[in-house]
Amino acid sequence: MIVIDTANHISALAAKMARARVIAAYPITPQTTVVEKLAEYVESGELDAEFIRVESEHSAMTACIAAEAMGVRTFTATASHGLLLMHEMLHWAGLARLPIVMVNVNRAIGPGWNIWSDANDSMAQRDTGWLHFYCSSNQEVYDSIIMAYKIAESQEVMLPAMICYDGFILSHTSMPVEVPEQSKIDEFLPEFKPAWKIDVENPITHGNIVEPHYYARIRYDMQVAMERAKKIIEEVGEEWGKKFGRDYGLVQEYKCEDADYVILTMASMAAEAKVAVDELRNKGEKVGLVNLRTHRPMPFERLKYDKIIVIERAVSFGLGGIVYNELKGRVPELYGFIAGIGGMDVSYRDIERMYELAKEGKDGWYPIEVK
Amino acid sequence: MVSDRGEIMAIKDLPEEEYVLKGHAACPGCPATIALRITLKALGKKTILVIPACCSAVIQSLYPKTSFGVPTLNIAFEASAAAASGVASALKILGEKDITPVVWAGDGGSYDIGIQALSGALERGTDFIYICYNNQMYSNTGIQRSGATPYGAWTTTTWTGKKERQKELAEIVMAHHIPYVATATIAYPEDLYNKMKKAKEMKGPRYIEILTPCPPGWRFDMSKTVEIARLAVETGSWVLYEAINGKVEFTGQSKRILEGKERKPIEDWLKMQGRFRHLKQEDIEKIKRELDEKWEYYRKVMK
Amino acid sequence: MKTAISYPTEGAMGKTGTWRVFRPSIDIGKCIKCWRCWIFCPDAAISKGEYPVIDYEYCKGCGICANECPVNAIEMGREEK
Repeated sequence: MIVIDTANHISALAAKMARARVIAAYPITPQTTVVEKLAEYVESGELDAEFIRVESEHSAMTACIAAEAMGVRTFTATASHGLLLMHEMLHWAGLARLPIVMVNVNRAIGPGWNIWSDANDSMAQRDTGWLHFYCSSNQEVYDSIIMAYKIAESQEVMLPAMICYDGFILSHTSMPVEVPEQSKIDEFLPEFKPAWKIDVENPITHGNIVEPHYYARIRYDMQVAMERAKKIIEEVGEEWGKKFGRDYGLVQEYKCEDADYVILTMASMAAEAKVAVDELRNKGEKVGLVNLRTHRPMPFERLKYDKIIVIERAVSFGLGGIVYNELKGRVPELYGFIAGIGGMDVSYRDIERMYELAKEGKDGWYPIEVK
Repeated sequence: MVSDRGEIMAIKDLPEEEYVLKGHAACPGCPATIALRITLKALGKKTILVIPACCSAVIQSLYPKTSFGVPTLNIAFEASAAAASGVASALKILGEKDITPVVWAGDGGSYDIGIQALSGALERGTDFIYICYNNQMYSNTGIQRSGATPYGAWTTTTWTGKKERQKELAEIVMAHHIPYVATATIAYPEDLYNKMKKAKEMKGPRYIEILTPCPPGWRFDMSKTVEIARLAVETGSWVLYEAINGKVEFTGQSKRILEGKERKPIEDWLKMQGRFRHLKQEDIEKIKRELDEKWEYYRKVMK
Repeated sequence: MKTAISYPTEGAMGKTGTWRVFRPSIDIGKCIKCWRCWIFCPDAAISKGEYPVIDYEYCKGCGICANECPVNAIEMGREEK
């Protein structure tokens, strides 16, 4: 079935079809219509779930943690300041190894108030032990949410997952999305089998004081799970492709085989970059595109190119581009552009321009300062 | 002996089952463990504890062992009531009707950092019992002032005594129109037990606050924990009451005081505690005046 | 999968009775079996036998039992080591 709707409504639909049973969420622009739609699903009885109308995002994540610790599949959605308020509990979910799935609609951080797209909100959560996925279309939003449950809930992973997409550019833009039948989704995504749970018949305590030598091992186990997740992400993406005709992996490559330069970007800028690559190819430029749809775990092994031009919508102050710096030293010729901050429009023409600048050996804050 | 209201009248009738296991990490003379023992005798094994950062997070002992015999979910300092909402919703989905989610939080986690989540959970009707064991300070981090610390008390962040009065969290909770609010203290185990039992049999948000005098924090000998709790009630400094659907009734010794029995002088309670040793006569006069005003208010409003 | 899961264990912090400085002893001749010592023990170290039984492996010697005994049947003496 083809549904034409916004990424926010598609997110709610995906959470419903994944059969999330406890949803705890707090409204924030530009995520609000996700919450509204889910409330409607639950109140109309279309979705058999408990919807907790919490008083803050901190409580939203906490309630999801507690429900998930009871062995129940959960969902939440947030953006920007809401995600930042959750920060403490994001770490908690990771360390507790609870495979919560959350949507984050990327939005800039104040002051001054800015509701447009910017990835600094989720980029600032990259060290919390969550799997991070970025989407470039509403179809990818739908597919990624369902796949995220399967990946996160894999016994080899057991880590929470965050699905990110740009505020307004996707969140409020209708696009056609192919939605499989519920029975097919149920075949793909089995019932949640928790790795541990709070249960009166087996009265464990979770999270009491852990001494350093044990604590370090618990942390190390998260790193190992992140590494294992790479394989699971590829496997689940392949299975999805076989079932529904759209293949996914850690990254999506476009015209990279013979490319001299590869543009590496994320989220909606990757859709724009595809247009730029086509335009540049028409002009005879040997250029390809890597859509970095997985940022954690970081798929270094899929980024073995000689010349990469990173274009990213986030910055680490005092360091520079985040993905750019993560790749530094691993790519022989690396260029980094910070672009689209605070929702500044980045069109395919801008991307073509950045490519030309990189060929001249220049990079930096586009278009503010490039040298 | 059991009263015709089903209430236990004597200590000997309290159940023998223990959910706080011997060999835990509490300080000698700890009031929180006395309170938790009595609480869990009333609530039984079908209880899920949610515990934020507080003394009880330590009392549990170290991973991979625990001293608590009921399932326990530790959670961040400000988050316990929200976690209870998550547990309660999961229980609904799982079709479990006989299991009670119970928050066990200190006054720092309730009066201060956790009040937003608490208010939220009460307002949205979470089916749980929130228990605040109140030792009137942040004892776990080393005796710092909280919103529950009384006027004049020394703490490690009020070296010359706290300059403000404590707030009344149970009264703030009552403003949420919930089915059950009660106050108790460890000196009256039957009263505490019966209130827990009553709460367990109700639905919706329920709140119980227990005064738990802390020997190292209040600066008194560890053998006096229960005596000081009793004296807190007898001097009127701590008040025992319960409110069923908003109707307030004083209980035990506090009821007798409300009905006209003389309160013991507050000095009797203050002088037993090192945290009040520095008080000047004018401070004591102020404490007495405010205590009189408090009881005046109770007589007018809460009777 | 590793996370901080702990299991109920008696003596999770070891034999906490070794923290004790003062040792309670009960004169059962005086005991009226009111069980105040039992309910007020923070360490659950007093159990209900025919008379109260103190588990010295876990009694931390706080003295609440002696302080709360209405007939002074419990005495605290300095622990000799």
